[in-house]
Amino acid sequence: MSEAKITPLDRADERVRHDDTIKGAVLAFVDRVRSGDLGMLPVAVGLVVISAVFTSLNPLFLAPNNLVNLLFDCATVGVISLGIVCVLMLGEIDLSVGSMSGLASALIGMFWVNMGLPLPLAILIALAAGALIGAIYASLFNWIGMPSFISTLAGLLALLGFQLYLLGTSGSINLPYASSMVKFGQLLIMPAWFSHTVALLPGIVLLWSGLGVARQRKTVGLTAQPLSMLLVKVVALTAALEFAVWYLNLGRGVPWMFGLFVLLVVIMNYALTRTKWGRSMFAVGGNREAARRSGINVKRIYLSAFMLCSTLAALGGMLSASRLASSSQQAGTGDVNLNAIAAAVIGGTSLFGGRGSAYSALLGIIVIQAISNGLTLLNLSSSLRYMITGGVLAVAVIVDSLARRSRAAHGRG
Amino acid sequence: MTHSTRPPEQGETILSLKGVSKKFGAVSALTDIELDVRAGEVVALVGDNGAGKSTLVKVLAGVHQPTSGTVEFMGREVTLDNPATALNLGIATVFQDLALCENLDVVANLFLGHELNPLRLNEVQMEVRAWTLLRELAARIPSVREPVASLSGGQRQTVAIARSLLLDPKIIMLDEPTAALGVAQTAEVLNLIERVRDRGLGVIIISHNMEDVRAVADRIVVLRLGRNSGIFTPDASNHELVAAITGATENAVSRRTQRKAVEVEGPRV
Repeated sequence: MSEAKITPLDRADERVRHDDTIKGAVLAFVDRVRSGDLGMLPVAVGLVVISAVFTSLNPLFLAPNNLVNLLFDCATVGVISLGIVCVLMLGEIDLSVGSMSGLASALIGMFWVNMGLPLPLAILIALAAGALIGAIYASLFNWIGMPSFISTLAGLLALLGFQLYLLGTSGSINLPYASSMVKFGQLLIMPAWFSHTVALLPGIVLLWSGLGVARQRKTVGLTAQPLSMLLVKVVALTAALEFAVWYLNLGRGVPWMFGLFVLLVVIMNYALTRTKWGRSMFAVGGNREAARRSGINVKRIYLSAFMLCSTLAALGGMLSASRLASSSQQAGTGDVNLNAIAAAVIGGTSLFGGRGSAYSALLGIIVIQAISNGLTLLNLSSSLRYMITGGVLAVAVIVDSLARRSRAAHGRG
Repeated sequence: MTHSTRPPEQGETILSLKGVSKKFGAVSALTDIELDVRAGEVVALVGDNGAGKSTLVKVLAGVHQPTSGTVEFMGREVTLDNPATALNLGIATVFQDLALCENLDVVANLFLGHELNPLRLNEVQMEVRAWTLLRELAARIPSVREPVASLSGGQRQTVAIARSLLLDPKIIMLDEPTAALGVAQTAEVLNLIERVRDRGLGVIIISHNMEDVRAVADRIVVLRLGRNSGIFTPDASNHELVAAITGATENAVSRRTQRKAVEVEGPRV
């Protein structure tokens, strides 16, 4: 009996290697990557390559102010991409997010500028329109069994048509430059002290929750992550964030709009990893029938994912309208759709469902926007930019498919 | 548990099927099935491939809806229109295909749909409960934080069985629970079935292994081509059971036994 007390519950099987030390953590990471669980690795490699190439071609690329602009651009499509993560998680897709974002920007222009409704009300209407469209896709999927690929493809055209109809008479509506909305999208920057304080928060939260979990695990007889590992993580994270903030503050600083995007990512990450809803999302994406037999209301999960996706697409559309200070017929067309989807996939959310994270939207969109920003700095025409971005998307999907095969071979789902 | 939470009394009929039929298009998978399961009783469902055993289990689990007939649970007529209803009533099932999510780890699979603390998952508590439950089953699971995809067939089966016990069900249905298990694990599962029965739960077990069936069953219900084909006690002879399963006293098994007997005894002079 005393032996059982000495061996913690989760250390009874001697066949498992436990990676408690820093060396062990590195070993475990190598193992994971080899078995096809790539995580954030493609993004890290991608960013290093992109920075190296573009800086050698135009040193301005890494200038603080260029990076600040980059972050402004990231926030708009990034928010759309965050919604895409939700539907990809279920193995579904929403091809109409670009049109939805364009429609939302048209709605803002029409209700706020043309009809003079208060801004918050106009924003609410646009968000509600997004939620409604998402609910329609989910109903088509749940009750008629229409593949999301088709219903959202139809939506892509229909929503674009509606957007053109709304803007038909004028072609575009300019948003007032002095308004808070346009300032938010173009100018508003966090004060330096504030951004530095915010950059401390993740480390503090990680430390606090890590200590809490460790204490809890010890009291119930499970092993806990060693304190040294936790401290290394906290210090590394805080140092990286503080450095990034310091560098951006050499230029204009951290945009509030990017702050909003990161906040949404953090909330989504919590919802996906720490709530019953998030667990159900992974389950439905991994094995729909098993999820149903576990008593999960599968239809409601699909409904929530499609609604979130379209609503976030509407929000992203409004952010991009504020960035451009106009609602135009071009808003949401072109590469917005594919950039949003590509960002999620590049960041590590699988197209096949059941794998992904909210952070993939954040990291993926930084890669995508870095490429597009770098190519713009080189004065390349949009024809070349499309081709190169298309190539990057193809590479991302190939990596995803190969990694999936490798995971299956190594028994990692 | 949305319905009555009182524990069933020993011998009380928990589940009662009357005239249950299930058609898939033109095929009648089940026809007029009658089945009673009492508290503290192990009922074995046996039958040849395609006899309708798994379909019956799926009807009771709420996966399929019966075409006709009534299901009474704790003396009340119930409609099992989806798996959640069955689970909430207290009908737990270990499916033949196990129905696990391979991309999730063992803890997540065990608690799927019934996580502790929905808005802030209590991972530590769930992990402890998982380890305790698996230890009760004498399971050899190396780590509960690995995705189920990395487990062997037997380990997955253990996880599926453990999951069925998690919700304090009134009745447990096991579809081929020992098919992928080793010798020791099979014995553990049979012990477990007896423990569960002694706690006053009803157990329905499907198995092709007559030895296992005889070891634990209080009653053996034979299905043939989707119909009731007889109810036996465990001391019924193999011959009787096989006859009920195949529908003839003269069948492949009896002929083989006869031939072997002749070979052993040698040709009669």
